[in-house]
Amino acid sequence: MSLISCDGISKIYKMGEVEIKALNNISLEISKSQFVSFIGPSGSGKTTMLNLFGVLDKPTLGTLKVIDTDISKLNYVERAKFRGEHLGFIFQNFNLIPVLTVYENVEYPLVMVKSLPQKERREKVLSLLDAVGMLDQKDKLINQISGGQKQRAAIARALTTDPKIVLADEPTANLDHVSAYKVMSLMKKLSKEVGTTFIFSTHDPKIVKEVDITYTLEDGILIKREVRSN
Amino acid sequence: MKNIIKIAFRNLYRQKRRSFLTIGIVAFGVLAVLLFSATAGSFKNFMISEITDSMLGHIQIHSKGYVGSLDNLPLDKALQVKQVKQMEKILDEIPEIESYSYRILLGGMLSNYLESTSAKFSAIIPAKETQVVPLLEDRLMEGTFLKKGEILLPELITKGFDSKIGDDIVLVATNADGSVNGQNFKIAGIMESVMGPTGKYGYIHFDDAQTLLRMNELQVSEVAIRLKDFSDVKKVYNILSQKLGEIKNPKGNDVFEIHTWESLSPFYNIAQMIDMMALFIQIILIGIVLVSIMNVMIMAVYERTKEIGSISAMGTPPSKIRWMFIFEGFFLGILGSVIGLVVSLVAIFIVNISHLTVAFGRNSIILLQPEVSMSQIGLTALIVIIVSIIAVMEPAFKASKLEPIEALRQN
Repeated sequence: MSLISCDGISKIYKMGEVEIKALNNISLEISKSQFVSFIGPSGSGKTTMLNLFGVLDKPTLGTLKVIDTDISKLNYVERAKFRGEHLGFIFQNFNLIPVLTVYENVEYPLVMVKSLPQKERREKVLSLLDAVGMLDQKDKLINQISGGQKQRAAIARALTTDPKIVLADEPTANLDHVSAYKVMSLMKKLSKEVGTTFIFSTHDPKIVKEVDITYTLEDGILIKREVRSN
Repeated sequence: MKNIIKIAFRNLYRQKRRSFLTIGIVAFGVLAVLLFSATAGSFKNFMISEITDSMLGHIQIHSKGYVGSLDNLPLDKALQVKQVKQMEKILDEIPEIESYSYRILLGGMLSNYLESTSAKFSAIIPAKETQVVPLLEDRLMEGTFLKKGEILLPELITKGFDSKIGDDIVLVATNADGSVNGQNFKIAGIMESVMGPTGKYGYIHFDDAQTLLRMNELQVSEVAIRLKDFSDVKKVYNILSQKLGEIKNPKGNDVFEIHTWESLSPFYNIAQMIDMMALFIQIILIGIVLVSIMNVMIMAVYERTKEIGSISAMGTPPSKIRWMFIFEGFFLGILGSVIGLVVSLVAIFIVNISHLTVAFGRNSIILLQPEVSMSQIGLTALIVIIVSIIAVMEPAFKASKLEPIEALRQN
């Protein structure tokens, strides 16, 4: 069953009189529990693709269904609700809330989006922090931990609401190679363990060795689809 | 909601210096308002008390048309005995009235056998008058208070009039029939002048005035009334207006006119100006709170755009983002109010124990005794908190409406 289904989607930005096609007539399907990457140079359309999958934006042309929902039909508040219920995000710059501790950052979506009781929240957060190896750092503020640790905390935060899809836009771009590899391995492991679909973008071909499917974009056009056999 | 409050509070703590500065500005505004209101209120209360308790009384009753011709002190417009009896009956039935006294106002010529001058006098019954205006005796600059056959001279006359306490003096006055009569008085004391229509009058005994003016029966120019509770002025005024208004002369016109101290004293306009200034200070406070909080929250939204984008991307409902910023503004307002209130109360306490005095007019030394009412404290705090919330609305709505994709793009 497809979690994401694109049928001839294009995304066109208007800059004055000039039209820029960020994505051009893309059709693809992504299934449950897959570990998927989008690669390509800067400006190839990777981030635009993830923004569409993340229900942060709408396609200009074509149909995009995320978890059987046509996202073009959702309004601002419905899109926020949809993201909170079904999606998790990992950002290039981590985007953790600096005034909160690691524990509170991971807990944040459960408080603000899902409103879970405190006992359930605590169990969930501690279990995820344990899974990403950050349990001993839980009481530290964000500026007190390293870049790799921040991204591990961000992964835990993305998974707290049990999302069906986790979207990660260049999650390793701000990490050294060792940390990047550790983060990728962690995402892969969690993808298999919790059955969540991970979709991430990168321009670094070295870190995509372990993905199930790699899509290559160039100038907004899908030029290659590679499936890795396990 | 608890977590939104926690995050809002920590966001303020994140920019410690800026938050404390904003709280400080709000607190300073609250201090300015409360200290001004308390001090100006102290001055106003002192002046009202001095005017009403040393000369005017709280309410006055005259014969219809008397106040309009007060400069001439017309004896033919005095209340006659029948009218006085009717009025007395009504006054005695009103429980809010503590006491009342009769006055005859007259103009005359004073002579010390060497020189003469014109002067105006209020003829009083001392025992009754001091019940109505208890500070009257305090206006005695030198000498002793009034007895029959004595006169209290206004201080302005004594400056250019070569007479001293104990000297004999003649007061010549024209009675209601137009005939002139003179009477000897002994100078008993000198009265300090106060602000108001009869504030520069001298005093003689009521019985002496009746003799001087050859009044065969009771006639009264003015009735001064003191109430048990000053705040009942409007209430008693309305009762008197209604009851005395029912008494008509043979032509069907009103016999009495009633005035509160406010319509008789020019200080009432100054009191209104003080209230107006307090209002302007409050408007300035509103401006300070509005601008400082709006400024700091606009900055916060601008600086945290990317953070707003990420929490919005995670699915945080716009309403919760909005509440987060509203609480930040609310905390700035409430902390500023509380600190401002505490500092104000300390400042007011210090002024009170310092026994600061202010010179007003030529001789009046006013002891500053600022006090602030709970309603004033509550109103000021409420204004600050409401304005804080209003100030934060625009940035809060802007934050909640940010498109996450645009917000995340911002560096």
